[in-house]
Amino acid sequence: MRFRLPLVCLTGLAVMTAGCGSSSEPEAAGKATISYAIWDKNDQTSAEKIIAAFQQANPNVTVKLEITPWDQYWTKLQTAASGGATPDVFWMNSLNVRMYAKGGIITPLEESKAQGLPPAVVDGYRYDGKLYGLPHNVSIPALWYDKKLFDAAGVAYPTADWTWDDVKAAAKKLTDPSKKQFGILAHMWDQGAFYPTMLQAGGHVLSEDGKKSGFDDPASIQGLEYWTGMIKDQVAPVAEVYADTDPITLFQSGKYGMLYGGVWFASTFWANPEIRERIDVAPLPKGPAKDAVILLGLANAVSARSEHPKESAAFAEFVVSEQAQKILSDSGGGALSLRDGTQEGWFKAFPTFHLKETYDASMPNGVPYPVSLNTAQWQDVQNRLLAEAWAGKRPVADVAKEIATQMNEILAKE
Amino acid sequence: MHSKREWAWGYLLIAPMALGLAVFYLWPIVQTLYLSMTESGVFGGYTWVGTANFAELFTDEEMYGALGNTLLYSVLVLAGVPLSIVVAALLNVPGLRGLSLYRTLYFLPVVTMPAAVGLTWRYLFNGDFGAINHVLGTAGIDGPYWLGDPDFAIYAIAVVGIWSSVGYNAVLFLAGLQGIPRHYYEAAEIDGAGRLRQFVRITLPLLTPTTFFVVVITMINALQVFDLVYLMIDLKSPALEGSRTIVYLFYETGFVQNQRGLAAAIAVILLGLVLMLTAFQFRLQKKWVHYE
Repeated sequence: MRFRLPLVCLTGLAVMTAGCGSSSEPEAAGKATISYAIWDKNDQTSAEKIIAAFQQANPNVTVKLEITPWDQYWTKLQTAASGGATPDVFWMNSLNVRMYAKGGIITPLEESKAQGLPPAVVDGYRYDGKLYGLPHNVSIPALWYDKKLFDAAGVAYPTADWTWDDVKAAAKKLTDPSKKQFGILAHMWDQGAFYPTMLQAGGHVLSEDGKKSGFDDPASIQGLEYWTGMIKDQVAPVAEVYADTDPITLFQSGKYGMLYGGVWFASTFWANPEIRERIDVAPLPKGPAKDAVILLGLANAVSARSEHPKESAAFAEFVVSEQAQKILSDSGGGALSLRDGTQEGWFKAFPTFHLKETYDASMPNGVPYPVSLNTAQWQDVQNRLLAEAWAGKRPVADVAKEIATQMNEILAKE
Repeated sequence: MHSKREWAWGYLLIAPMALGLAVFYLWPIVQTLYLSMTESGVFGGYTWVGTANFAELFTDEEMYGALGNTLLYSVLVLAGVPLSIVVAALLNVPGLRGLSLYRTLYFLPVVTMPAAVGLTWRYLFNGDFGAINHVLGTAGIDGPYWLGDPDFAIYAIAVVGIWSSVGYNAVLFLAGLQGIPRHYYEAAEIDGAGRLRQFVRITLPLLTPTTFFVVVITMINALQVFDLVYLMIDLKSPALEGSRTIVYLFYETGFVQNQRGLAAAIAVILLGLVLMLTAFQFRLQKKWVHYE
């Protein structure tokens, strides 16, 4: 391999400090061109339609769509931000929003424009009492299940009332070592799997004020043990399996009874005619202490140094309007629109899946995704340590306490 | 004595290269040294912290883990160098049929995109559906999860590392072999030395300058391994603990955790390590490298 990363990176680091110039083109008076950066190619069609609708209503504004793949999106954005030339409007997630707000890269938006959007998602974009992003879609974790395996084992399908115990009992009945068949997949996934179970057991990931880790809370540990227990009881495959093949692919092989997965997997599953027939979806099962579904939504943020702040804000606001949300929903892409009442088109794209029921049952239990200023830093610690517990190398309680210690150190520095 | 004019011309002619080196290599190194003594803000802005980053790394278990993994990987890949000599010697057999086909085959990995190499091997190593475990299975062996198990991952990656460097190294050795004058072999043959003896007594010693070059380059590349690990092991994989290399740790620290100062310190330590080991090899060469 002739690829020398360190030198490339060293150069990268140096360039970041040097910054890049702004590249605005001369414009006719009264006309404005704004750039709009997103990372998901699946959203290209809907984004183009939304832009067309916006331009029709605002003939003086031209919106230029830029798609940067996820792998490069944040590095590129950060480099651009250090040099002061970010796109005018760009996709933001709740993991990064505080960092960009604190750094003065993005500008606060009008609170009133978020009216009617679910607080569990909107609250993820608040920093210092101000709103820094207008979320336009929502990702809801849910329980996908394989009807064929349920039928064969004579187990009733999951319902909105299912609890942890129902999942465990079903997983046991669905497991058949002779066929290499497992009841459930226990992949290490934060938003849809172990964060919800930590909360459902009565624990927490991060304290209310965001200053202390909740990993050493005995209830949180119980939530983590829900998953490692499934692996230990051999109703879920061992940790190494998920490292080789991603859970969405595994689930489609027809050898796994249940999958904690996003409702947005619907488009992937629907594309596979054989799978479309045999699976369905239910809300996340309830835990011993309470219901909790962690919601995430992507938002549009507006650059603090945009040359057209008014037009940029107007566009971000338009994306969450009922008109644009319906366009998003009707495009039948991966994303579920956020504004309540605009989702019909999306549900209809996958008629046999119980998505509407799952949506209706999940939204009232919605909880924001836990974030602090530099979330990525402690999440990296969390992931590398949890991997040891998932692999069965160390007891969950030990690992959880070590995560808490390291996480508290990181949080103290924020 | 040269005139001033001549000096000026000399400098002018090396200027493009020297400037390129200065701008793209030397300046970043100076910058990195500076960065390694700072704590960075996410969007620029640096605070001087002196040697605190290094102090943190010297007590960091992850750093020692990465160091151990990197050294193990380097040793494994270096152990693959003799394979290149054998391949080169075989490719050098006079009158071999389909010679250029073999040469192309062995060189192919060098011109293949690392991303394609990583992904293809990832499929081959897959614990449940991979070709390698399938073959092992027919022999009655239950293969492990090569890339999911921290005890196996680094070996699996080293296999790919060797596989992808054999061709390049063999070409270098081939050039070295062809530089050995024929009359040595003729003399040996007259003295009654067989093929194997000729190889051990003539070929190997006279090949040592090439061997030295290959060993140094292979080691430097191995110490900087990143792409294969990045492509074959995910950030959440349980195998990462046993396969995280120094540059992977650098990437994680600088680009996942956003701690650029600390990442720069890791890069500086790696630079020091590469310099030290290379200097050591240059010293050691006096003992085993024969120049004609």
